[in-house]
Amino acid sequence: MINIIWALMSVVGIIYAMLNGTMEQVNEAIFKGANDAVTLVIALTSVLVFWLGMMRIAEKAGILSALSNLFRPLVTRVFPEIPPNHPAMGYILANFSANLFGLGNAATPMGIKAMEEMKKLNHGKDKASNSMITFLVINTSSITLIPTTVIAIRMENGSTSPTEIVGTTLVATIVTTISAIWIDRLLRRRRESIMK
Amino acid sequence: MIQAITIISTWLIPLLIVGILLTATYKKIPSYELFVEGGKEGVKMAVSLLPFLVGMMVSIAILRSSGALDAFVNIIQPFLEKVGFPAEIMPLALIRPISGTAALSVTAEIIQTYGPDSFLGRLASTMQGSTDTTLYILTVYFGAVGIKKMGDALKVGLIADLIGIIISVIVVSWIFS
Repeated sequence: MINIIWALMSVVGIIYAMLNGTMEQVNEAIFKGANDAVTLVIALTSVLVFWLGMMRIAEKAGILSALSNLFRPLVTRVFPEIPPNHPAMGYILANFSANLFGLGNAATPMGIKAMEEMKKLNHGKDKASNSMITFLVINTSSITLIPTTVIAIRMENGSTSPTEIVGTTLVATIVTTISAIWIDRLLRRRRESIMK
Repeated sequence: MIQAITIISTWLIPLLIVGILLTATYKKIPSYELFVEGGKEGVKMAVSLLPFLVGMMVSIAILRSSGALDAFVNIIQPFLEKVGFPAEIMPLALIRPISGTAALSVTAEIIQTYGPDSFLGRLASTMQGSTDTTLYILTVYFGAVGIKKMGDALKVGLIADLIGIIISVIVVSWIFS
């Protein structure tokens, strides 16, 4: 599916540009897009190095396993395939906590570590495991408590109440996250019944 | 409540660092050496991410710059108006799962044009905050650990985005009416 979507975005764009006469903009965009990706990776590198360094200390100091012990009852139900004491659980919780408080740049390295641990649990296969899909689906539906960037934009534009959207955002986030987990469960059940 | 969370957000990282370093020192763990060891892994990850992000971001840039996305919005707009979906929000709904920075600029544009306290301004704010960039998250996380078969992740992510968009419209019309 990702191959088709990826190829389609470029193909549709270029064919449309032929008809629309926007080939010049497309040419520009190709190099700008590649350039943006490199800039992004450089920005990500600093964050990855810092947080993975910190988290390595936290792991060895037993902080991660303490964190997973604390939230174990809640998360084991969402991730039944991960042993409660496995480091993956600690990283998943670290990722969720960082996301909740809007610390996006700390959340990514912890999430990648969680993925790495889940890959180990899945015997290093290059196929996504059930836990990985659940984990990413929760991440894509966003679990941020306070959308700080949006509030900042609203303030800049002279809103009388920049934070009034916190409530609606929270309701929308909760409904989306719960439905995402639920759809994931449904599809997983379907996958498993096909396998049998 | 909001203030409390803002304070927690600014204090959390420094406190976390102090907590980690104190615990490590107390337990006589070589903190600096472990930091460097973990950091090296970060460099490797960043390098392996590069091709995934270049591929994805170029493709998205082509689609956007060609004007195909805007054309698509124009085609489906009349249909959306019929079912009561505010057409002005459509560009944001379409781009939100694909590109985070593009979505943010569309949100800023809508807020600027229609005002932050208008229905559309509130709706755009809610939509921007209530879901994350599905394609980016899948690219980064699967890319960094070398997962080739994504399973149903993309499908579920996109369905969840659609639900998020619909729920945002419903919640905002309901609460602010």
